Amino acid sequence: MINTHDILETINMIQEENLDIRTITMGISLLDCADSDIDRACDKIYDKICKRAENLVKTGENIEREYGIPIINKRISVTPIAMVSAASGGDPVKYARVLDKAAKEVGVNFLGGYSALVQKGFAAGDERLIRSIPEALAVTDRICSSVNIGSTKAGINMDAVRLMGQIVKESAERTIDKGLVGPSKLVIFCNAPDDNPFMAGAFHGAGEPDSVINVGVSGPGVVRAALSKIPDADITEVADTVKKTAFKITRVGQLVAKVASERLNVPFGIVDLSLAPTPAVGDSVAHILEEMGLEQCGACGTTACLALLNDAVKKGGVMASSHVGGLSGAFIPVSEDAGMIDAARSKVLSIEKLEAMTAVCSVGLDMIAIPGDTSAEVISAIIADEAAIGMVNSKTTAVRVIPAIGKKDGEEVEFGGLFGVSPIMKVSTASPAKFISRGGRIPAPLQSLKN
Amino acid sequence: MRSIITVVGKDTVGILASVSELCAKHEVNIIEVSQSILQEMFCMIMLVDVSKCNVEFTAFADEAEKLGENKALKINVMHEDIFNSMHRI
Repeated sequence: MINTHDILETINMIQEENLDIRTITMGISLLDCADSDIDRACDKIYDKICKRAENLVKTGENIEREYGIPIINKRISVTPIAMVSAASGGDPVKYARVLDKAAKEVGVNFLGGYSALVQKGFAAGDERLIRSIPEALAVTDRICSSVNIGSTKAGINMDAVRLMGQIVKESAERTIDKGLVGPSKLVIFCNAPDDNPFMAGAFHGAGEPDSVINVGVSGPGVVRAALSKIPDADITEVADTVKKTAFKITRVGQLVAKVASERLNVPFGIVDLSLAPTPAVGDSVAHILEEMGLEQCGACGTTACLALLNDAVKKGGVMASSHVGGLSGAFIPVSEDAGMIDAARSKVLSIEKLEAMTAVCSVGLDMIAIPGDTSAEVISAIIADEAAIGMVNSKTTAVRVIPAIGKKDGEEVEFGGLFGVSPIMKVSTASPAKFISRGGRIPAPLQSLKN
Repeated sequence: MRSIITVVGKDTVGILASVSELCAKHEVNIIEVSQSILQEMFCMIMLVDVSKCNVEFTAFADEAEKLGENKALKINVMHEDIFNSMHRI
């Protein structure tokens, strides 16, 4: 039998240090639902999702109980809807409504994939879908949207960047009475992964199988607790400890993914190794960085600590899982992380520092409230900057900023639940309007000539 | 299927007896037991076979947890594999 110490360690991780499976996400391809008649396409989509995901929530709950590990979210990602709507034309919001209905029927809390991939240009259906995002997010409850506007291979589509600045702003304006929920469910990517299980950026890529189970683990609290036991260790030991802890966390994710895939008779896709924080006490990525020796997240040294953390999490996790994918790294969503919220409040953490951090972490400028009067061009320029970091470094970057309509920097926005609360961060108001209005494409960066 | 029952709390008379009784009632076979005192806390770990359990596994786990609450103990019943996967390569 396994020894007492190991058993108690596992139980302690779950009960005291917030170890959980953040999400079991079922990816479902809707390519076979495309139809020249939009109503027929919607019927096919509804039927397929309800059939495939019928037992998703119940299976998740059973695994949770049997193995004693909380599984916080059960979700669905689907083929980018722009691909499906290209065949039918018509109002893409119809698709959003039917997806919302299907999500409610099967009981998942979010469904991602109201998306378009436009890194090189707009294909049929893409622009129309993008322009419908503010309405789709305003009239549905559980739909998440994402748009990929750049990649290392294709460069950055600046026409799409310009458009997305306006869409983010409009999404906020359309959901003022709903707590600005629109932009919090909209992610703009560079190098978007096809198999990401985390919302709001999840979609089921075109190269994926018909359906697949992807699992996202979590556990910043566990990593921090492990580091708190070695307060005087040198950085080599810190990295080793993160690695070992990430290994253990990921093993649980792998187990859950394997069991869920067997029980649902759906192939196992990947485990996403991300450390995903929540606003709950003891579930913060910022607190891990502070445990490494920073007075507060955002201090000089933050980028170095985050680079170490992100790399060690991957190294530990890769060996623990047969297939790793998705975003895999540390998330730094400001409003969803108690330590980040505090650091933003005390102004130690600025948006510029966050941008630097995104060069070494897994995602990007995430869940950041910006002043409501920030212009669409400035939002586009933030997106362009972030995409440039992703493009040049061959990594995923993303922007999920929330223009807090009617509020200024220094005030706060409350999103509620997992989305948390966010102090509004100061953004440079110097105008990039001319640059953004040019349109066109930033050419793909040089990745060869390495001799 | 094999599960691990953990019992942690203040040491009192009859803890082992009450947990074993619960197992017997539901035809859960006890394979191995180890108990120790860690930092003045009673800590018992049981490896059990629940494949012949006469109620749903979740009902058994709920009942065990409830038994713990009544005796001011923390009782968890979890599938063995979560420990195996985390601590064995």
